[in-house]
Amino acid sequence: MTITLQIDGKEVKAESGVTVLEAARQAGVHIPTLCEHDRLMPYGVCRICCVEVEKKGRKRIVVSCGYPVENGLVVTTRSPRIDRIRKVLIELVAPTAMADGLLAGEMKKIATEYGADIHRFESRFTGKPIRCILCGKCVRYCDEVVGKQAIGFVGRGVDRRAVFFPEQARACLTCEACFNLCPTGKIAADTDFVVFDGFSVDDYSSGEL
Amino acid sequence: MTDMNDNRLSSAKQLETLRKTILSKRDAEKPIITVCTGTACQAYGSLEIYRRFVEELERQGVEGSVLETKSTGCHGFCEQGPVVVIFPREICYVRVQLDDVPEIVSTTVAGGDVIERLVYRDPNTQEAIPKESDIPFYKRQMRLVFGNNRYIDPREIDDYIALGGYAALSKALLRMTPGEVLEEIKESNLRGRGGGGFPAGLKWETTRDASTGSKYVIVNCDEGDPGAYMDRSIMEGNPHAVLEGLVIGAYAIGSHDGFVYVRQEYPIAYENTMNAIDQARDYGLLGSDILGSGFDFEVVVHRGAGAFVSGESTALMSAIEGKVGEPRMKYIRTAVSGVKGMPTCLNNVETWANVPLIIERGAGWFKSIGTEGSKGTKIFSLVGKVNNTGLVEVPMGMTLRQLIYDIGGGIPQGKKFKAVQTGGPSGGVLPEQYLDTPIDFDELTGLGSMMGSGGMVVMDEDTCMVDTARYFVSFCCDESCGQCIPCREGLRTLRDILTDICEGKGKGGDIEAIEDIAEVMEDASLCALGGTAANPVLTTLKYFRDEYEAHIKENRCPAEACKALTSYYVDPAKCSACMICLRACPTEAIHGEKGIVHWIDQEKCIKCNTCYEVCPTRFSAVRRLSGEPLPPPPAPGTKVTREKKR
Repeated sequence: MTITLQIDGKEVKAESGVTVLEAARQAGVHIPTLCEHDRLMPYGVCRICCVEVEKKGRKRIVVSCGYPVENGLVVTTRSPRIDRIRKVLIELVAPTAMADGLLAGEMKKIATEYGADIHRFESRFTGKPIRCILCGKCVRYCDEVVGKQAIGFVGRGVDRRAVFFPEQARACLTCEACFNLCPTGKIAADTDFVVFDGFSVDDYSSGEL
Repeated sequence: MTDMNDNRLSSAKQLETLRKTILSKRDAEKPIITVCTGTACQAYGSLEIYRRFVEELERQGVEGSVLETKSTGCHGFCEQGPVVVIFPREICYVRVQLDDVPEIVSTTVAGGDVIERLVYRDPNTQEAIPKESDIPFYKRQMRLVFGNNRYIDPREIDDYIALGGYAALSKALLRMTPGEVLEEIKESNLRGRGGGGFPAGLKWETTRDASTGSKYVIVNCDEGDPGAYMDRSIMEGNPHAVLEGLVIGAYAIGSHDGFVYVRQEYPIAYENTMNAIDQARDYGLLGSDILGSGFDFEVVVHRGAGAFVSGESTALMSAIEGKVGEPRMKYIRTAVSGVKGMPTCLNNVETWANVPLIIERGAGWFKSIGTEGSKGTKIFSLVGKVNNTGLVEVPMGMTLRQLIYDIGGGIPQGKKFKAVQTGGPSGGVLPEQYLDTPIDFDELTGLGSMMGSGGMVVMDEDTCMVDTARYFVSFCCDESCGQCIPCREGLRTLRDILTDICEGKGKGGDIEAIEDIAEVMEDASLCALGGTAANPVLTTLKYFRDEYEAHIKENRCPAEACKALTSYYVDPAKCSACMICLRACPTEAIHGEKGIVHWIDQEKCIKCNTCYEVCPTRFSAVRRLSGEPLPPPPAPGTKVTREKKR
C-alpha cells in the first residue's frame, strides 16, 4: 500500500512498512547516520538520524531509521533542535572516538556540517579513548549477514565494548566483511590475527579493550 | 490438560464455602501475634523473634490461648522495627528485642496487659500510643493495597482467602464478560504505578485488540530505584493480590500466559511468588478451567539478572526471551508487539494489586478517591532525612507537606527541610515552595519531577544539591545499558562535570554544557532511562541554580557538604576544651588538652563531620567553613577564654 507523507515540506509517496529514513532517501532528502546499514536491521543507537515528526498536532523527536512511515505524517529533518542534537552527540562521542585528536570519515563530515566542537568535552573525559562509537555495525553484520558471531558486546554502560572472540577471530582473516564498515577505521588485521587497530592482541585477551 | 485434585475449587460457591470453613476454625476473640518479617524488620532479627514467640508460648504453656503466631510481610513502619502487633486488640509493640518476648507472652498475651515500655511514643508529645491505628504514622494513611500485609502470612493462601481474597476473580470470571472487566478498569482510570502513569485500561485494550492470537501479560517486579521497596513489599507480603489482579487482567485481555519478572535481588519475593503460584494452582485459581469458568491461565516466574535497565519494558521483554536485557526501539508499542512479537501487556506490581479492589468494589468507588486525573492511592517509600521512614500508602491528592510532616513526622534533629526527590533517578528534586503540591501524576510531571514508582527521598539543609544530582547521575552511569550515545556518553560527561564542580574544579560554561547535554539526552535517548536520567540535574539546576554558581564561582558549597570545598575549624573563642571532639576524631587530627583550646590539623582531617556532630550545642565551637579563608590555628597552649557558666 502506498501512503503519502510530508518530508521537509515536500509531498512524498512511500510504501507502508518502510522507515522514514528509507522514504527520505527515495525522495532525495539526506539524513546523516552512523549505525545504519542497508543490510542490517534498524538498531537506532547512534541517534544521529533523529528527525521531528508531527502527527495530529503533536510533535516529537524520533530516529528515522526505526520509525515507520504513516499516512499524513509531517517530517522535519533539519531544525535548530535537530541540529543541536546532532552537534552535541558528535561532541559527546568525539573524545572516545578520536584517533590522534582527529575524527575520520562520516563522523568528520557530520562534525563539520553541524559545527561540532570535537574538543569541547575532551578535558573532562576520564574514560579510555577506544576509537569505537559502539555503533555495532561489525557485531550485527557478523551476526545478521555473515551468520557468525565472532564479535560481540561485553560490559554495560560506559564500560560497554565490542570485542572479538579469540576462538573465532582467526577465521575472520578470510572474511574481513566488517573491516570497511567501521566508521572509525578501528578494525584491522594484525599479521595473523584480527584485532582492533592500535590495540595489541595482548590488550584484548587481557580484557582491556 | 487435566490436573484434578481434591482441593480444586470449581465454582464461586466452593470458594465461598472454603472461606467460611477457614473462618469457622478461627475464634475471633483469641489473640493473633503478628511479627513483621518484611525485609527491614528481618534485618533487625525479626525472624528470630518470631521463632522465640513460638517457643515461648509453648514454654509458658499458653499456646492454647493464642489462635496463631504469624510471620507477615512488611507493615511499613520500618523506622520502628522490629514491629509486633497483637490482634484483635491491635496492640503494637515497636523496636522489639528477643528478650522482650517472654514478657510479651506472659503480660500481654496471657495477662491481657499492655507493656508501656514497648509501645510507640509520639516524639513530640511523649504520649504512649498502644493501638496501631492510633499511631499518627498509620492514622493519616489509606492502606487499601498495602494494609492487608499485616494480617497475612504470605505463604498461606488461606490467610488471603479469609480476607475475601479471590472473590474479585470469582466475580470477574463468573459474573462479568471480559469486555465488562475491561470497561470497569477503563472507567476507574487506574494509571500505571510503575513510572509513566499510562492508563492501564487503555493498555489492556490495545493488547486485546492487537490480534486474535497469543498474548502475554507481565508483572514487572524489577523495581530498582535507590531507596524504593514498595513493589518488593507487596510481592513479598501479599503475592496473591498481585496474582489475582494478573488473572483478572488476562481474562479481560484474552491472554492465557503470564510472566512475573522478579529481580534477582528479591529472593523472598521470588520464593513467596513461587509458593503462591503453587497454592493457587492447587485450588484451581490458576491453570485450566479456573473456578469452573472455562478460562485457562498459566504463569511463569522469570528471575532478572540484576540490571536496573531491565525494568524498562522492552528490555524486560528481551530478558524474558532469553536475550540480553537491553531496551529496543518501541515505535510499535509492546502492547502490540512485545514478547516474541506478540501483543504483551506489562504493568507493575502495584498496578496489578489494585485490580481486584476495583473489580470488587467498583470503578465508582475507586474514582471517589484521589484527584481529577489521578485516582486511588499510591504507595511511597519515604526515606532520607525524615523521622518516620517506611512505606506509606496515601490517597492521591494528599500534599507532599502532609506526607512528609504529618505521616513522616518531619525532619530529624530540628533541621530545616530543603528538598524532596520523587520518582527516583528519573524524577526530580522539588524545593520547599512546592510542598503544598498535591500528589498527582500530572502535577509532579508539570514541576519537572515525576511520580515514578514511588521513591521519595527527603533532604535537609545539610544536603548539597549538586552532589545530589551527581549521585543520581552516577547511579544511572552504572546502570545504563550503554547502547545509545546520548545516554552513555551524556551520563559519563555529566558525571565528570558534576564531580569536578563538587570538587571545586568547576569552570565557566559548565552550567551551559550541563543544560546542553541534559536536553539532548531528554530529546534523543533510545529509552526512558536515558530520556529521564537528566531530570535530577535539570530540576536541581532549575530550583537551586545558585548552589551550582556558588560552587563554580566562589568555591563554596552552601550546604557545607562537599568535602573538597569545606573545612572544619574550632572557634577558639567558643571552645571549652572539653576533649569530646578530640576523643571522637577517627584520625587524631584534633590537638589540645583539658583547658587548652583545641585545633584541627587540616592535613589529617578527613572531613567526616564527627567533631561537628559531637561538639555540645551549648558550645557549638566546631564550625564548617566553605568559600571563606580558614583562620589560623590558635597559638600553641592557648588557654580557654570562654567564661564557664555556673
